[in-house]
Amino acid sequence: MNSSGVLKSSSSELDLDRPNIEDYLPSGAAIQQEPRGKLRLHDLLDISPTLSEAAGAIVDDSFTRCFKSNPPEPWNWNIYLFPLWCFGVFARYLIIFPTRVLVLTIGWIIFLSSFIPVHFLLKGHDKLRRSIERSLVEMICSFFVASWTGVVRYHGPRPSRRPKQVFVANHTSMIDFIVLEQMTAFAVIMQKHPGWVGLLQSTILESVGCIWFNRSEAKDREIVARKLREHVQGADNNPLLIFPEGTCVNNHYTVMFKKGAFELGCTVCPVAIKYNKIFVDAFWNSRKQSFTKHLLQLMTSWAVVCDVWYLEPQNLKPGETPIEFAERVRDIISTRAGLKMVPWDGYLKYSRPSPKHRERNIGS
Amino acid sequence: MGNTSSMLTQYDIEEVQQHCKHAFTQQEIASLYQRFCQLDRNNCGFIPSDEFLSIPEFAVNPLSQSLLRMLDGFNFKEFIAFLSAFSPRSTLQHKIEFIFKVYDTDCNGKVSFDDMLTVLRDLTGQYMSEHQRKEVLAQVLEEAGYTKDSFLVLSDFMKILGNSDLKMEAEVPVD
Repeated sequence: MNSSGVLKSSSSELDLDRPNIEDYLPSGAAIQQEPRGKLRLHDLLDISPTLSEAAGAIVDDSFTRCFKSNPPEPWNWNIYLFPLWCFGVFARYLIIFPTRVLVLTIGWIIFLSSFIPVHFLLKGHDKLRRSIERSLVEMICSFFVASWTGVVRYHGPRPSRRPKQVFVANHTSMIDFIVLEQMTAFAVIMQKHPGWVGLLQSTILESVGCIWFNRSEAKDREIVARKLREHVQGADNNPLLIFPEGTCVNNHYTVMFKKGAFELGCTVCPVAIKYNKIFVDAFWNSRKQSFTKHLLQLMTSWAVVCDVWYLEPQNLKPGETPIEFAERVRDIISTRAGLKMVPWDGYLKYSRPSPKHRERNIGS
Repeated sequence: MGNTSSMLTQYDIEEVQQHCKHAFTQQEIASLYQRFCQLDRNNCGFIPSDEFLSIPEFAVNPLSQSLLRMLDGFNFKEFIAFLSAFSPRSTLQHKIEFIFKVYDTDCNGKVSFDDMLTVLRDLTGQYMSEHQRKEVLAQVLEEAGYTKDSFLVLSDFMKILGNSDLKMEAEVPVD
């Protein structure tokens, strides 16, 4: 009885997106069956390795760590620093914040007064309209970035508008998109959000070409995969930006990349984003705050400082599966941005691992 | 210096330390308290089983169901007492007692053939048929001097597992 069979091939057919978790789970053979020695009662009853793993997971697990917002150390703890901090709060909330709101409002007025006419009046001249709308979107994103006093350093060659390429980046917050959009008008694939964000998505983002998905719908994956393929084929479409993690992670780790972006048969250009936490923690902990609160937090901080690296485009190597390709690109991005790689699927934030995974763990 | 929770006083830590028979240092207890608060999202003073299942590493463990049964509705003291079996400072006897409790599903102090079969089933899943499991278990029990109908008590477990070096530890991260 060989208990070390690992179901590798069937797993990639069963779950379109789920990576091979058993490749990464610690292997704890609870039954040490020596082919030559005898199985004794002692071996059978000794479940300590499995129990140790379970206890280890209870005490600290790598998945929860990915979504922990680490609060900054309080530095205002003595009599000299406290007044300084109070002054800082005053400056941030009563001077800087209103200025930023003003800047943002001006930006929106300029944007809407240009966008709406262009959108409706230039209906016939598609190419011209789209190129103006693109510049306008880039402009409003710059206004957004300015409203947080964003200091973004871009490294590497700027994205070019070529067909058959997608851009992938690690995901920390919705502002990732704004930071990147400021430089190049990307088309994105996003989860449809409720509220004012959803309104923005359906009006303005439509003009740059966006694809919507719905995490909770099972059939959604195939529809989205098809839409992705169609988009990359079109020469006129804006370059597509995908966040393969599928969820926001706290900028210290990367979770597994979904392979959807890597099996489109085109070049993948990795983009790494790293925020400097001294100024503000840009991680959007969607379990703890709404996006509005998150934006307000950013607007009342001193600055948002980040680095963006546009990395060398990668292609699928001969003999490489899309999952291996995804992992290789994740490694490139994580190394560049100084993030640790974790073998978990980001969607586990929303659902439990299925009993199938427990079965696979038994085999390892 | 880590961020010690403001809700845990020195008295609390010492009390908990007494309760777990000094299996953990005070720093480890503070660290575990942070973890407990992280898991006890609704601040009700105990961790519902759901929370444990939302830890993927725990949920894919074959023995998660048996452990959940033991962990249900634990407050912090019981949580520490549960984990104390995994401290390097706990005795071999304590660890064997813990293993016994995992097997003893109906908590009557006796482990039957069926109890052992249940755990074996959790661990082997689809890799062994029910028949194979019963055969292996019966055979191994006989060789050790028991029968299919014997009930194992704690002292039996001590005898069987006592003279091995049981490695059952989980490291508590202390920042």
